[in-house]
Amino acid sequence: MDFLRPLTWAEALEMKAERPDATPIQGGTDVMVEINLDKGRPTALLDLAAVAELAEWTRDNGTVRLGAGVSYTRLIAELAGDLPGLAQASRTVGSPQIRNRGTVAGNLGAASPAGDSHPPLLATGAEVEAESVRGSRMIAITDFYRGVKRNALEPDELIRAVRIPVATGPQYFSKIGTRNAMVIAVSSFAIAFDGRRVGTGIGSAAPTPRRAPEAEAFLESALDWSGPLDADVARRFGELVRDAAAPIDDVRGTRDYRLHSLAVMARRTLTWAWEDHLRCA
Amino acid sequence: MRVTVTVNGEERIADDVWEGESLLYVLRERLGLPGAKNACEQGECGSCTVYLDGVPVCACLVAAGQAESRTVVTVEGLASDEGLHPVQQAFVECGAVQCGFCTPGLIVQTHALLAASEGVPSDLEIREALAGNLCRCTGYEKILDAVRQAAGRADG
Repeated sequence: MDFLRPLTWAEALEMKAERPDATPIQGGTDVMVEINLDKGRPTALLDLAAVAELAEWTRDNGTVRLGAGVSYTRLIAELAGDLPGLAQASRTVGSPQIRNRGTVAGNLGAASPAGDSHPPLLATGAEVEAESVRGSRMIAITDFYRGVKRNALEPDELIRAVRIPVATGPQYFSKIGTRNAMVIAVSSFAIAFDGRRVGTGIGSAAPTPRRAPEAEAFLESALDWSGPLDADVARRFGELVRDAAAPIDDVRGTRDYRLHSLAVMARRTLTWAWEDHLRCA
Repeated sequence: MRVTVTVNGEERIADDVWEGESLLYVLRERLGLPGAKNACEQGECGSCTVYLDGVPVCACLVAAGQAESRTVVTVEGLASDEGLHPVQQAFVECGAVQCGFCTPGLIVQTHALLAASEGVPSDLEIREALAGNLCRCTGYEKILDAVRQAAGRADG
């Protein structure tokens, strides 16, 4: 195994071009587990932790550009106002020690369907900024997930940043697990209001994280945006979210439980978001 | 490969480090610092918690090469010539130690909690801070007592 240690972003891109087989490592909270438990042995590790540019975030024109090296701890402390849904999801990641190391970009690199970042990224229409020595490109979040633990990155590409719209309305995240801390989601769900547009994200209930487009379209047409939330609308929304999922039975939960819990989480998060909407309207 | 890292205030050199090796392995097996414990090797239990550049992390999830030229403080680095650190003393006095395997991680994580807290943290804050440190013996009550006692001392 080789250990590659770039000190600048340009150097990192050159190393990845030379060694497309190298596995990027930032916080190590996924990569080191694989190595420690001998589930896979990379031919090379590309350590991005010393690349200072990645540890920064900026806000520009209503979008946060979240550097690939910004930890969950910093996101929670510094960006909870701009990105409330993603901050909520970040608070449910692992433990303090894990949040001190783990990153949203690492979640994207691993592309596990259960990753906690994915539902809010889908609900807010985030974009992934991928770069190689050939240039930079933006990948819409809906095009990024390609299968279980597979993403749209080319072998010579690295994630530079994630671009997430600053919240303009209520956002909520909900996650089912056996306890509060150190839990990989049995299922998870995020909702985001942007004006009268509704975004959704489903986690851990299909081969990839995914939106629920029919549920979004239904809400946008069924909500009257002024009065109390119609219980039938909320229930139907939950059903449509559930119908957008395609879960399996596995060690963490059954298909049936995942479907049921999604319908409940969708209804609940909508209810919370609606209360905020009425309060702010 | 060679890894040079400052541990508990002293520059240490580890040679023949395998590239996939963890910081935890380097500390325990190459530098003779067995305080941080090796239990789950997947960041679930917190018994290997150490400071990396002042931030508490699971040493099992830090690749050894990532610690190059950085600063690590382990549980061995908390006591002084005058004796145990107040957090360690509180664990002893409150009976917060049974088998002791989780204790070093809990000590470091509690140390970090109290360093970051203004005043005495609430029970909710303590529970959140220690959520990534598993103990299979104590049922946690004595550990919470120890944290409260240490926090009281730090305050007074």
